[in-house]
Amino acid sequence: MFDQLSERLQATLSDVRSRGTLNEGDVDAAMREIRLALLEADVNFRVVKGFTKALKERCLGADVLESLDPGQQVVKIVNEELTALMGGASSGLAMAPSGPTVILMAGLQGSGKTTACAKLARHLGESGRDVALAACDVYRPAAVDQLVTVGERAGAQVYEQGTDRDPVEIADWALQRAREDGRDVLIIDTAGRLHIDEELMEELARIRKRTKPHDVLLVVDAMTGQDAVGVAESFAGAAEFDGVLMTKLDGDARGGAALSVKAVTGKPILFASTGEKLEAFEVFHPDRMASRILGMGDVLSLIEKAEQQVDERQAMDLQKKLEQDRFTLEDFLQQMRQVRKMGPLSGLIGMLPGMGAMKQLKDADVDEGELDRVEAIILSMTPMERANPSIINGSRRKRIATGSGTKVQHVNQLVKQFDQMRKLMRQMVSGKMPDPQQLARMSGGAPRPRIRRR
Amino acid sequence: MFRRLRESLSKSRQALVEEISASIFDRIDEEAWERLEEALILADVGVPTTAIVVERLEQEVEAGTVPADGEAVRERLIEIIGEVGATGRRPIDLSAEPAVLLMVGVNGTGKTTTIGKIAWHLSQEFGLSVVLAAGDTYRAAAGEQLAEWAERAGADLVRSAPGGDPGAVAFDAIDAARARGADVVIVDTAGRLHTQGDLMDELAKVRRVIGKQLPGAPHETLVSIDATTGQNGLRQAKVFAEAVEVDGVVLTKLDGTAKGGIVLAIANELEIPVKLIGTGESLEDLRPFDPEDFARALLAE
Repeated sequence: MFDQLSERLQATLSDVRSRGTLNEGDVDAAMREIRLALLEADVNFRVVKGFTKALKERCLGADVLESLDPGQQVVKIVNEELTALMGGASSGLAMAPSGPTVILMAGLQGSGKTTACAKLARHLGESGRDVALAACDVYRPAAVDQLVTVGERAGAQVYEQGTDRDPVEIADWALQRAREDGRDVLIIDTAGRLHIDEELMEELARIRKRTKPHDVLLVVDAMTGQDAVGVAESFAGAAEFDGVLMTKLDGDARGGAALSVKAVTGKPILFASTGEKLEAFEVFHPDRMASRILGMGDVLSLIEKAEQQVDERQAMDLQKKLEQDRFTLEDFLQQMRQVRKMGPLSGLIGMLPGMGAMKQLKDADVDEGELDRVEAIILSMTPMERANPSIINGSRRKRIATGSGTKVQHVNQLVKQFDQMRKLMRQMVSGKMPDPQQLARMSGGAPRPRIRRR
Repeated sequence: MFRRLRESLSKSRQALVEEISASIFDRIDEEAWERLEEALILADVGVPTTAIVVERLEQEVEAGTVPADGEAVRERLIEIIGEVGATGRRPIDLSAEPAVLLMVGVNGTGKTTTIGKIAWHLSQEFGLSVVLAAGDTYRAAAGEQLAEWAERAGADLVRSAPGGDPGAVAFDAIDAARARGADVVIVDTAGRLHTQGDLMDELAKVRRVIGKQLPGAPHETLVSIDATTGQNGLRQAKVFAEAVEVDGVVLTKLDGTAKGGIVLAIANELEIPVKLIGTGESLEDLRPFDPEDFARALLAE
């Protein structure tokens, strides 16, 4: 939509350049487009009003008048103002100086609290903290079971007492246990509740009073619409939350709710949950969210994802192998898996700026099946064959094809392409420019991800 | 039409809040249309559908087909919203034996709870025998959750080990329903974001398995949309409809302050009607969509 917005703004302001000045009418027209874009992104109506009012004043300033491309300039200002509104000093979680840090999680039903608890536990556990979870959702059927399962996956102990006790008592008991067991962090999962359910909001306030959490996090679904404001205001009252954890950011919702919540409560968005897997969780970046609300690609997140997934030591090993010409099919397999760990390639494409607007790529789908096939072929080889593809003769090819459920020609293609790749790498490592013909041959090979329309 | 969403600098925020109440049409003037737009946008109806509704009403008032009287305009507005929301609506057809319902939707939108409620209504109020298929083999403890609902509703449950094939669960459930002469099979599925291509493919496969096992099935495919969902609900409905031919929407969690206006946009833009409304946590809290009621609730403060 950012591309769309910037196109729309450019169209709206197209005749400005010939006149050389931006008058109030132009700015009003631009504000209308911005207002529509923000409403489509689910930013609250009233927040939009306040935002565009401030924006208008800035746009009437001199920098726009002097700019060569007023459309772009307005987009730039929108992005800056949005980032400023989303941002502010985010100090992260408050940690207890001694004893367990208590983190209380609250939110509406279905916002993703239980999963978020496990993800946060894993995230904190990664930095060496001993994290435990308290199961205080005694209302939703099987919620305790769910927390026990995902908690185990996250490597966190789950303190639970079934569903027959008062959640306030369970929370208190869990805190005692966490102290006795010397845990660093206790994350308290609570039942999803409607912000207008006075009884349950009161219960939440009691859990808060009893356990005195260092941090209260409100879990907000990125797909939330206009009501995000009402929800946030109510939870701010009962739970006095300190920060927000946005969930389901791996979908295609613009996430305008993040802006609304920040605008009305002033509380920072601290974390973002971005997928089904427990590791799909990251520290929130206001500037990226601003771009997302406006539909700009999330290049920074992509880079960070790549950095996280590629083990530095492995990369060094690889470099050495390349230099000594010892790169094998086994290494190739590892490389491919590392890239795929970042998520489906179609998802990665979505993070690139401009892709949203390109019609031919809008419904593009990377053929993951092709990659599966390459994996299957390599996995059907013996270690010796992987290390030394030159020994793969006709009968071996036949066996590999049968073993991987592919055809001999697929095996041939892979072996041939690998061979070319190795030559190319040798040249690159030795500092020579690769032969362009060789490059062309490589790009024509089969086991590359193919982009096709659905 | 959107000129009306322009700034009204003279109004304070508080004044605006007060205006969006039952008194939108105290006076029929430019500001009344602005108030109506704001009320619909705040209800998550979205810009295009809001534009259509307001334009239609305004034109009718200007043409004199609707008298410029607050009460008359209000009544006509409710009619228009009802018409838009009920686009293409037909009742849920349970005549097949067994009738198969497939429930799909994004994580956390209330699929499993809705299934529990439907099962309860069918078995307790209509005396039908119901088999539930625990097709959510992914989320931890989803099977246990459905088992509890099955028990409360007095329905049979067919499930597999965690991580099992959801298509196989649906297949077995239909098999069991036939063997027992059950009336209705309701197939639960794992919540999934509509952006997860492989999971959407899996869903399409579940539907194909059901169709092969029982020609004509599923007889009703419902997508659950959370009332708090904003404009993304439109994308959800569209992509699920592309994957599994959705027949209707179940609007869930309408007991909060969210109005669920996105279903109007879904009906208007995708011609997928709202069929059921979930309004609370208890088993009885499920009712057929009533356009009039919905429209009134949409505009109530």
